[in-house]
Order: sequence, then C-alpha cells, then structure tokens
Amino acid sequence: MDILYKVFIDPFMQMGAAPDLLFQTLWDGLVAGVLYSLIALGFVLIFKASGVFNFAQGIMVVFAALTLVGLHEHGIPAYVALAITIVVMFALAVAVEKLVLRPLVNQPDIILFMATFGLTYFLIGFGELVFGGDPKVMIADQLGLPRGAIDIKVAGGFVSLQKIDIAATVIASLMVATLAIFFQKTRIGRALRAVADSHKAALSVGISLEQIWVIVWFAAGLVALATGIMWGARSEVSFALEVIALKALPVLILGGFTSIPGAIVGGVIIGVGEKVGEFYWGPLLGSGIETWLAYVIALVFLLFRPQGLFGEKIIERI
Amino acid sequence: MLYREAGQFKTSYAADMAVFPITQDRVGLAIILFIAAVIIPYFGSSFLIQAVMIPFLIFSLAAIGLNLLTGYTGLLSLGTGAFMGVGAYACYKLTTYFPGVNIIVWIVVSGFFSAAVGVVFGLPSLRIKGFYLAVATLAAQFFLSWCFIRQPWFYNYNASGAIEVPSRTLFGIPVTGATASDTTRYFVVLGIVVAMTWLASNLVHGRIGRMWMAVRDMDLAAELIGIQLLPTKLLAFAISSFYCGVAGALLVFMWYGSAEPAVFDVNLSFFILFMVIIGGLGSLTGSFFGAALIFILPIVLRYIPPEFGIPIQSATVDHIQYMVIGALIVLFLIAEPNGLARLWQIGKQKLRVWPFPY
Repeated sequence: MDILYKVFIDPFMQMGAAPDLLFQTLWDGLVAGVLYSLIALGFVLIFKASGVFNFAQGIMVVFAALTLVGLHEHGIPAYVALAITIVVMFALAVAVEKLVLRPLVNQPDIILFMATFGLTYFLIGFGELVFGGDPKVMIADQLGLPRGAIDIKVAGGFVSLQKIDIAATVIASLMVATLAIFFQKTRIGRALRAVADSHKAALSVGISLEQIWVIVWFAAGLVALATGIMWGARSEVSFALEVIALKALPVLILGGFTSIPGAIVGGVIIGVGEKVGEFYWGPLLGSGIETWLAYVIALVFLLFRPQGLFGEKIIERI
Repeated sequence: MLYREAGQFKTSYAADMAVFPITQDRVGLAIILFIAAVIIPYFGSSFLIQAVMIPFLIFSLAAIGLNLLTGYTGLLSLGTGAFMGVGAYACYKLTTYFPGVNIIVWIVVSGFFSAAVGVVFGLPSLRIKGFYLAVATLAAQFFLSWCFIRQPWFYNYNASGAIEVPSRTLFGIPVTGATASDTTRYFVVLGIVVAMTWLASNLVHGRIGRMWMAVRDMDLAAELIGIQLLPTKLLAFAISSFYCGVAGALLVFMWYGSAEPAVFDVNLSFFILFMVIIGGLGSLTGSFFGAALIFILPIVLRYIPPEFGIPIQSATVDHIQYMVIGALIVLFLIAEPNGLARLWQIGKQKLRVWPFPY
C-alpha cells in the first residue's frame, strides 16, 4: 500500500501543494522539449527528403556552435562569424552530398545510416583538431541574445523564466513557421516534397536530386546552428552536447520520422514528461531516471502507434 | 593456382552442402586455428596477446552476436552494450554468491541471463520495425546503464561503484584476476570463441538460420509460408543476447579485470554495430573482419606515425584517428557496401578462375 501511495498519490499531492514549483517544472520541461524538437527537426528534414537517418545531426549542432565560437575567438566580430559559419555549413552540405551521398545512392537505408556515423566520427575529429576539445562559452551577449530572468507571480509563488529560454522558444517557433511556409509555398519546397514522395518520380519530372539534397542538408545545418547557439547559451559549447542527439531520437519516434509538427509535439511531450517524471517520481527510484524515461515514454507510445503520432501510416505489401 | 576446386568431386549431397566445400578452405581454416592456438601463444609477445588478440576475439564474439540479430534476422539493435553489461554483471554476481563453481561455467551461464533480458526487450520487435526498433532498443541500453550506475545491488554496494574481478582458479591454475597469466586467459577466450563460432555457423546454416533469413528478407511473406514471427524474432533476440552476454562477461573477466558502468554505455553498442556493418551484414567471417578493422586499426594508427619519425602530440593523434576512422568507414561503404566479407568472397572468386576474368 505504501508504495502505491508513493507512486499514485504522493506526487500529485506535492503538485497540488506547490503549484508554482509545478509550473516551474513544466516550463523547464517545455524549454528542454523545444530544444529537443529543434534537433529532431534537423533529423526530419533530412529523412523526409532523402530517406537518410542522419545520425550526424547531433555533431552538426556541436560543429556549428564550435565554428561560431572558434571564429569569434580569433577576433572576428560576432555577426561576421555568424555569416561565415553559415557559409561553412553550406560547404559542409555540398561536401556531404558530393562525397558521401552521391556515391552511395540507391544503397539500403542501413548503409546510409552507417555512412552518417562515419561522418560523425570525422566531424568529431575535425572539430577537435581545429578548435580544440575544451568546452567554450557561447557568445550569447555579442549576438544580442538577452540574459537574466523574469519572475512571474503564480499561485502564491514565483516562476522564474530565463530570458534566453523565452528567446529560444520564440526563435524555434519562427523557424518552424518559416520551414512550414518554405515547404508549402515555394517552388523548392514543392520539389522537396516531391522528392520525399518518390525519388524516381521526382527525377522523371526534372527535379535535380543533388540540388535538393544540398538544400536539405544546408537547411538541417542552419537548424543545427540555431540549436547550437541556444543550447550553448544555456550551458556551454562542448562535445558533451553530442549526447543530446540521442535525446532527440525518442522525440523523433514519438512524432514520426516524417512529420515536422510531430517533431515539435513529440519534443514538448518528451521534455515535459521527462522533467515532471524526474522531479516527482525520480526520488522513488533513486533519481537520474531522466536518462531513460524519454525512451520508455516513446516505447509505450510506439506500442500503440508503430509509426509515431504523426508519421505516415505504414502499409505493407508482399 | 593453389586455390582451385578442379578435381574435387562431390559424391554426396552432404559434401556438396558443406560449409567449406573446397579442400583449400579447410586447410586454410586449420592453418588459422593452428596459428591462433599454437604460434600466437608461444611466440607472440605479451602485448600482442593481452592488448590485441584477447579483445579482438571478444569483440568478434559480440559482433557475431549482433550479426545474428541484425545481419541474419534484420532487426536493428542499439542495445548490444547493455546486453554485454548484463552478462558481465550476472557473471560477477554469480561468482560472488557461488565462489566454488568453475568460473568458465558462470561465464557461459551469465549468457542465459542476458538472453532473458534480451527477450524482454525484444518483445516490441513484433510491432515496431526498422529504425523505430533501433530506438526502442536504445531504451534497453539507457535503462540498463542506469541500473548499473544507480542500483548498488549490482556492484555489491562497494564504494567505487565498479566491479572488480576476483581471482578464480581452474585445476589450480589462476584463470581470472591479477595473478592469471595472459596465455591462460587467451586460451580460455580462444576456446569459448571458437566453440561459439562453430555453434553459430551450425545455427545459421540450419533450419533456424533459414527461418531468420526468411524473416529478414520479408517478414510478412515469411509469416505466410508458415514461420511464426514472434518465436523466431524472440529466439533471435535470445541467442544474440546470449552471445553478447558471454562476450560482455569475457570482456570484464578476461580483459579489463574491473569495469565501471561507463564501459557498457551506448558507445560500445555503436562500436559493435560498426564492426558488423563494416564486416558485412549476415556473415560470420565478416564479424571477425569487422572486429579486426575497427579494433586493430586504431592501434596501428597510434603506432605508425612514430615509426616514421613524425612527431605528433598524442591529443592530435586522437583527433586524426577519429577523422581517419570516420573517413575510412565512408570509403569502405562506398567501395563495398556489403562489407569486407563480400570483398573476401570476390577475392576468392577471382583466385578460383585466375588467370581468366571469369
């Protein structure tokens, strides 16, 4: 009975007793979820257009952030460094398309997945060689990102909102909106969707696969850069950030590999579920359950919907 | 010239279906076994045995385990590291509770614990497929890693949080712990790896292996021809985890000597997956090739530059090593997406018909 009480009643009592703490936890979860969503978004973009499960997205986040900070350390003004980083991400997209994707066209998914592993290793080595392996401080102030916190009175207590978190949420929303419009309304966006539907059909109506892949990898690179700036501003820029890519995977399967709204909703569910679970149920199990809770949440969802929340229905034919 | 099947006539169906139909293959295998069992232990340096051969064999065993699941049954798993961890921790707990029992028995028995855990985490595989399943197995990976770190029962409540291998003897000869000689441990590892490889070879060439391959090629069609999916997939998970569990127990008891939970993290899973894919999906020989390339290549890379008198700081070597490995993975995939095993096959075919192209 005692254990049942601790699992099913006590956490909710705590929530009721201190609503401000609950709101704070929810807000933290939301922000973490938004950042997971951003990484998942990078995955979805590439998966949709080329069917490649891009494991290197996490390292692209680190690489983009490192390039930005590293350039600034060499005395380049922040905004110029940002522009150069964008050029670097474009160069990376072109290089990946030319050197990795094109020779491997028409190979099974797992081979392409493996190739992105190779890319991950290469980028880790390259990034450390050029910029050093030490953690760096993100140049948040120079880029004009706000700092400090706003306290909001809620239910007899305070909820503290970091300004950088608010900025992250706003930028993430803007980015998703831009991508959605880009996908729906522009010529290139239509081509992207055509490629996602069928490579062969897209080729036959004169869409250049190579060009589309470069664009998609570049878009994913930009998303990675934004994620890197936001995440770096919250903690610091180091290769430890790479593990957040693994955190994005449950978000991805929850939302479905092919859905942009899915990535956002999945990210928020995972972020909030993880933080609330850790805060209220974590002590029961000896804390640290954050590391696997996200996967278990995703797994439970998957058992009911094997294609994720918003994924395309899987149709199997013989 | 030497590698020819001319003049070797098969007179029975069994001879035709043999795993090594050509005499030269059998001779080659015997030579490899002779080198492994006699030449290396008696003439190899301690470094070669301790730092190269023992881990190479153990990783090969783990790669075979994952290959049975991913290569033969087509179920992508990223939980290998955790299943190896289960084997290691099971062996550790068993030998602390029953110190009198032969350690080799416990190493093999710990595989069964790993198999049981594998079956539990394999259950979603009936409903979830492809990359979705890979992420589902990551749940196993992170959950089990967390158990090894946060549940003190697993490491007997000792202060360091790591497991220490106790000294155990076999017929009076120390096999594990600090007093065991490299050669003894090498023989134990070699014996287990050879026996289990032989077993795996028989498995994949028999009915079970054919069922697995049918499921891999198309599970819906396999179901239609009367293969029960759930038992087949769970069996693949069980046997694969068994191999990984034994490999994990060997890794700690025969190589590391003590292990922290971090040894069995997700990087180990990726490491084994590299070996399987680079070596060749669905090939036992490929598992050995993959383990050799992924494990031995970094060692070679570390020792080559000083040989040529190129002064490089060790940190820089690390970075360059990462870059080279990454580039090599991509290069190998471009050159031969079916892995080193396929290259080996092509090479053998070329030898057979030499000097003609076909």
